Amino acid sequence: MKAFTYERAKDAQGAARAAAQPGAKFLAGGTNLLDLMKIEVETPAHLVDVQDLGFDKIEETREGGLRIGALVTNTDLAADARVRRDYSVLTRAIVAGASGQLRNKASTAGNLLQRTRCPYFYDTNMACNKRKPGSGCAAIGGYSRQLGVIGVSDKCIATFPGDMAVAMRVLDAYVETIDAGGQRRAIPIADFHRLWGDHPEQDTVLKPGELITAVTLPKPIGGKHFYEKVRDRASYAYALVSVAAVIQPDGTGRVAFGGVAPRPWRVEAAEALLPQGAAAVTARAFQGATPTKDNAFKLPLATRALASVIAQSKA
Amino acid sequence: MKETMPKTDPGALSMSRRGVLAGGAATAAMTSAPAAIAQEAARATAPAPSQPAPTMPVSLEVNGKRQNLTLDTRTTLLDALREHLHLTGTKKGCDHGQCGACTVMVNGVRINSCLSLAVQHQGDKVTTIEGLGTPDKLHPMQAAFVKHDGYQCGYCTPGQICSAVAVLDEIKRGVPSHVQADVSARPQVTNMELRERMSGNICRCGAYSNIAEAMEEVAGVRA
Amino acid sequence: MKFDTPAGQNPIDRMQVVGRAHDRLDGPVKTTGTAPYAYEHHADVPNAAYGYLVPAAIAKGRIASIDTRAAKAAPGVIAIVTAADAGPLGKGDKNTVKLLAGPEVDHYHQAVAVVVAETFEQARAAAGLVRVDYARGAAQFDLDDALKTAPLKGGSSDEGSAAPPVDRVGKFEEAFAAAPVKLDARYTTPDHSHAMMEPFASIASWNGDQLTLWTSNQMVNWGHEDLAKTLNMPKEKIRFMSPYVGGGFGGKLFLRTDAVMAALGAKAAGRPVKLALSRPVMANNATHRPATRQRIRIGAQKDGTITAIAHESGSGDQPNGSPETAVNQTKLLYAGANRMISMRLAVLNLPEGNAMRAPGEAPGMMALEVAMDEMAEKLGLDPIAFRIKNDTQVDPEKPERRFSQRQLARCLTEGAERFGWSRRNAKPAQVRDGKWLVGMGVASAFRNHMNMASAARVRLSQNGVVTVETDMTDIGTGSYTIIAQTAGEMMGVPAEAVVVKLGSSAYPVSAGSGGQWGAANATAGVYAACVKLREQIAQRLGYNSADVTFQGGKVSSGNRSADLAKAAQGGELVGEDKIEFNKLDKSYQISTFGAHFVEVGVDAYTGATRLRRMLAVCAAGRIINPKSARSQVIGAMTMGVGSALMEELAVDKRFGLFVNHDLASYEVPVHADIPHQDVVFLDEADDKANPMKAKGVGELGLCGVGAAIANAIYNATGVRVRDYPITLDKHLEQLPAVA
Repeated sequence: MKAFTYERAKDAQGAARAAAQPGAKFLAGGTNLLDLMKIEVETPAHLVDVQDLGFDKIEETREGGLRIGALVTNTDLAADARVRRDYSVLTRAIVAGASGQLRNKASTAGNLLQRTRCPYFYDTNMACNKRKPGSGCAAIGGYSRQLGVIGVSDKCIATFPGDMAVAMRVLDAYVETIDAGGQRRAIPIADFHRLWGDHPEQDTVLKPGELITAVTLPKPIGGKHFYEKVRDRASYAYALVSVAAVIQPDGTGRVAFGGVAPRPWRVEAAEALLPQGAAAVTARAFQGATPTKDNAFKLPLATRALASVIAQSKA
Repeated sequence: MKETMPKTDPGALSMSRRGVLAGGAATAAMTSAPAAIAQEAARATAPAPSQPAPTMPVSLEVNGKRQNLTLDTRTTLLDALREHLHLTGTKKGCDHGQCGACTVMVNGVRINSCLSLAVQHQGDKVTTIEGLGTPDKLHPMQAAFVKHDGYQCGYCTPGQICSAVAVLDEIKRGVPSHVQADVSARPQVTNMELRERMSGNICRCGAYSNIAEAMEEVAGVRA
Repeated sequence: MKFDTPAGQNPIDRMQVVGRAHDRLDGPVKTTGTAPYAYEHHADVPNAAYGYLVPAAIAKGRIASIDTRAAKAAPGVIAIVTAADAGPLGKGDKNTVKLLAGPEVDHYHQAVAVVVAETFEQARAAAGLVRVDYARGAAQFDLDDALKTAPLKGGSSDEGSAAPPVDRVGKFEEAFAAAPVKLDARYTTPDHSHAMMEPFASIASWNGDQLTLWTSNQMVNWGHEDLAKTLNMPKEKIRFMSPYVGGGFGGKLFLRTDAVMAALGAKAAGRPVKLALSRPVMANNATHRPATRQRIRIGAQKDGTITAIAHESGSGDQPNGSPETAVNQTKLLYAGANRMISMRLAVLNLPEGNAMRAPGEAPGMMALEVAMDEMAEKLGLDPIAFRIKNDTQVDPEKPERRFSQRQLARCLTEGAERFGWSRRNAKPAQVRDGKWLVGMGVASAFRNHMNMASAARVRLSQNGVVTVETDMTDIGTGSYTIIAQTAGEMMGVPAEAVVVKLGSSAYPVSAGSGGQWGAANATAGVYAACVKLREQIAQRLGYNSADVTFQGGKVSSGNRSADLAKAAQGGELVGEDKIEFNKLDKSYQISTFGAHFVEVGVDAYTGATRLRRMLAVCAAGRIINPKSARSQVIGAMTMGVGSALMEELAVDKRFGLFVNHDLASYEVPVHADIPHQDVVFLDEADDKANPMKAKGVGELGLCGVGAAIANAIYNATGVRVRDYPITLDKHLEQLPAVA
């Protein structure tokens, strides 16, 4: 871990200004950042700890939705009575991820920003365009069982590893930010994570120093909520494939997939086919998929996991 | 929450420090033929003059006792406990949040102390395994682990016990879990609930079945 | 004490302390975090500097240059040691590969340098500043490719040996060809990582030319000797201590990098150094269980009598390495007149392959016991009936050798009864519980018992305290407790009254912990030392040692009796002895047996397998402490779940490394994977094994679990998977359609 200076920000814009400096990064829970700093995948020279900014509340919005402070812990968000009642896909996604200890520390914003778990990204002896632009991608042609099948590029085949964001994607959440100039914006979660393209080093559309202040959920959409996470061991593991779904009594609904792409993978035109069954949805959602030999199973697995959700919705 | 600044990341150059990057498929061929590995740009950079790393004062309340330390900003809560306060009951198993051996309670909530900087915990109340009980006066969970043989090599054990104590509290407080059929309902102490909630604590010796029994005894249930 | 005839009646047979379920004596210190592990000796070494490893970035080749200037100039750095400045180093007898690279690099993450600094943070950061340039060399990382030309490597197939490299009995090929029912199947097992929870760690402290090392090692004497050899110094000048070991599973049988680099770092720094391997470096720096490629052929008559059995296995290792002996059990487990056993060993440049819990049998049983299940189905026999039909009380290769004790059939039938085996539907893919396809599976358990010489010293102090000293280790196995029970039984005091001192080279050399030989042999050594002490006590008290009894803290002979403490009033008494073995295990085959039963659910949609029930029935001689022995078995069963369902070191065949080299990507079972586990020990005492009449269980509990799970998955789904681990992708597309 490289040496760094540390400050506790007093206000959001000040934090954004501090973090806009070259080499600076925000620190919230730290559960992903410190992990990566220890192996020098991340090497910030300055950390701006935002824990005192007070973004730790969940409030109802005028539109009947919820505004989740960026620093609300995963545990607190999952346990919130309103979330459990009206957005249970979100509770289910969060409690399917990581461990109790990590969820107690990890923040809402940090969870959105967690970096890929590609093993080549984690090994600094290996080429990785995401870690070191232009160095190549050792994962292509390597061990890729966990990696992406769609939305990837010839520069990077990593996935976004999170669960929470997959649920937020079906809930059409917005990510609220403030930048160093005090400018605020609300980014639809659909646009928040980038596809890798030629620049896999850029995970999201955030600008340097742009600070997430909250995630907003529109008013509840009813329906039955599911988060089906498929993994080798029963807990404390990243998804091979996950399915977040909200299914209405008439069989229509929303579906997003995790563990398959650089971002939560939701194709609205595909979910319109829900009444026709899982195979129809995934055929459309994964059109143009480019799996490797190691991870081609994720395609039938996505179909079968969605079929499981549909069966449960009818039970 | 953190921000990624790929273009300006000063760490980008440091990746080459070991002088070799395994390439993609194209360079794979090199494995079968001796080849001198090209040296990277960073090599040209002369060794920078050494500068001491920043340190900061940190005040913690550990097991009820105020501790004032001056620490390298890089020092994790785990290393502050083990190397500075010599509270070695909290274990370093992976140092990456992948095993749970470092579990402690901070302000009443269990966390992985390896993935937390000490400077993040200014003024926090930390409870470690040493704060639960002593060999002569075991905490009921510690006693139950002994009775049910809920450990073997003992290395993950302090983390398991801290988690076990916290898990029973989390269930009491109604924190939901992955194995609840209805996440809006209050969780119950069942064998599956305990196992799911303890899953962040790996025991390679495989004492899981016994740990669940120990926890059931402390919780006063036969699950 | 020579053990060369079956044990007669002895004081252990009273079973007043031995054989009773006993809480571990180290429980209070382990559960309170006060037991000191290797990195935690602050009290003994208050001024240690911190070492941090620089691991090799390539798998095979040469170090072209190392530039340590930036690292040396970094804050807090005290010393940097590479092969170039370490001085001439030897190689430990038990290490296949040297522990410090330079100039040759033998495998990925092999140590290249150690950086010593005032603080951990400084050492870690400075290690990142060491620049190493490499020249890659030609290498082979592909086991399947290498096996195409790999030579046979039998137990006696070394170059120059006149013995045939293939073990044969009868005429296998002819018998197999003639058999009316036959199976010819191939199985694969992947590389496994020990993944013990305590990282490799050592503290080294020099005082002049004397070295003291606190480390985490299963075999104090092996480590002690190999450290001396590596550092080219006399063993007598090293104190080697390993009082608590946070798991080893074979990974800590040998001297490893941490000990050598801590010692070199401390010497260069001129002060004590502590060093732990970081988790991401462990899987490639250390040893692992090698992958296997196995072929099993079984021919039988229609009634199920096996007439031909062949087991061939291929594995790889570094040059001068050893094969994974996955064929071992097939030599002994089932009858059959015509037999053929062979192994091939390929040279690979992956990290060193070596022992991991139940080496040989663990992967071997994963194949053999699936083959037996497949064969039973072909024969239309119940898999338990088929196994019992081919049970044998003699070594099938050498029928003049009887098993000392073999209750395999009883393990199977008693297990079947307890588990409700009769409720199993023999036809696969018939039982459904909601979304779960439910299946039951069985496998025999088998692991050989090994005799190892083991010494101990037992003291009776003037105040009457019994203290045992032996270099035995407790790696979670319960050694502290069973040694106290043994000495307690022998000296007539409760186990709690015995002081047990382990894990120091200052004590007599024990069997150490490995190969499930630890408990039986180490306690037998303590038994021998206690016999010596008892003689001295009797002599001191003027009793006839032939009829003296030790009970309730008293020593009695005829109608005379004295407090134990009184015997040492005139000065401490010390008994020291070693148990040694010779021909008995030549005339008898000494093995341990069991049966594993599991019930699984396979998600009909996703193909993911979850365990529902597990039972092991074990016949392993006298069980010294049923409580810790049961824990050994459930722990082994848990590791078996890992090998069946998730554990695999993924090989990057281009760059020659295990890619998933941390605990997030190398998945081992978590709490949620493991249901309640039942264990039954048959009441046994094996008088051919040792005076304790005990064998081991710690590896028996693993041997067969994986196959039982594989068989249960087949029973649930009707899809047979022969490549471990049985992850969902291996059978997903053959499961019934759902969408």
